[in-house]
Amino acid sequence: MSLDRIFNIAGSALNAQTTRMNTTASNLANAGTVSGNEGEAFRAKRAMFKTILEQQQKPHEQGYAGGVRIEKLTDDPAPIRKMSDPGNPMADKDGYVYLANVNEMTEMVEMMAAARSYQNNIEVVNTTRQMLMRTIDIIKT
Amino acid sequence: MNMIDNALGVHAQALGLRSKRMEVLSRNIANADTPHFKAKDVDFASVLKQSREASLNTTNNLHLSIPMDENPGGEKYRVPFNASFDGNTVEMNVEQAKFGQVAADYQATLNILENRVSGIRRALRGD
Repeated sequence: MSLDRIFNIAGSALNAQTTRMNTTASNLANAGTVSGNEGEAFRAKRAMFKTILEQQQKPHEQGYAGGVRIEKLTDDPAPIRKMSDPGNPMADKDGYVYLANVNEMTEMVEMMAAARSYQNNIEVVNTTRQMLMRTIDIIKT
Repeated sequence: MNMIDNALGVHAQALGLRSKRMEVLSRNIANADTPHFKAKDVDFASVLKQSREASLNTTNNLHLSIPMDENPGGEKYRVPFNASFDGNTVEMNVEQAKFGQVAADYQATLNILENRVSGIRRALRGD
């Protein structure tokens, strides 16, 4: 039956969007962090979405074909800025600290996009549930 | 059993097809943010026509039966109104509109089925 597969598909999307929201929260929380060398500086994380295909289903994804999963988290390639701050205990020998490459504006947009997609999928679940209940009602009375 | 099938007519198949189309649309909505995802839709009229046509009769084992369609689900790729940066062809507003439309279609088919079922029930009860 197609209708109950919709719950799985929308559910996988809700899951993926929650993870995306989580990454955004983590990025925003780390926006102000500094570090002593370029390698250790915080890099913004991006969730990469991928369609769950029938042929590539993992065992725990049975019945979720057509849904979406987080393939992996990638680092934002934006360059790390360095700032002269000799008074900072984290500063390197030349007096520089390395800032996180988080752009607050991008993260806010990302957060809003994730919230909208989440709402859309909730709406799908609601409509489908109503229709399933009405279909069941035919049997009654 | 055949009598009940006849009474329900094409609407029983139509209901299945409509829920199938809803699944395809929900797949599009779920993948609205997936890069390179191509939105699909079901051509309702052609699939319904195909599901009603009987397949070619074979009177001998050596006869070849002609496959009805290489794409039995009848899913076709949608042509987007605007191109997008990441190759995704899901347009959320279009999908929402279509989803609402299919939900209404489903309820319409459901109403007809409800009437048929209550008719059969009345005939069986005899009142």
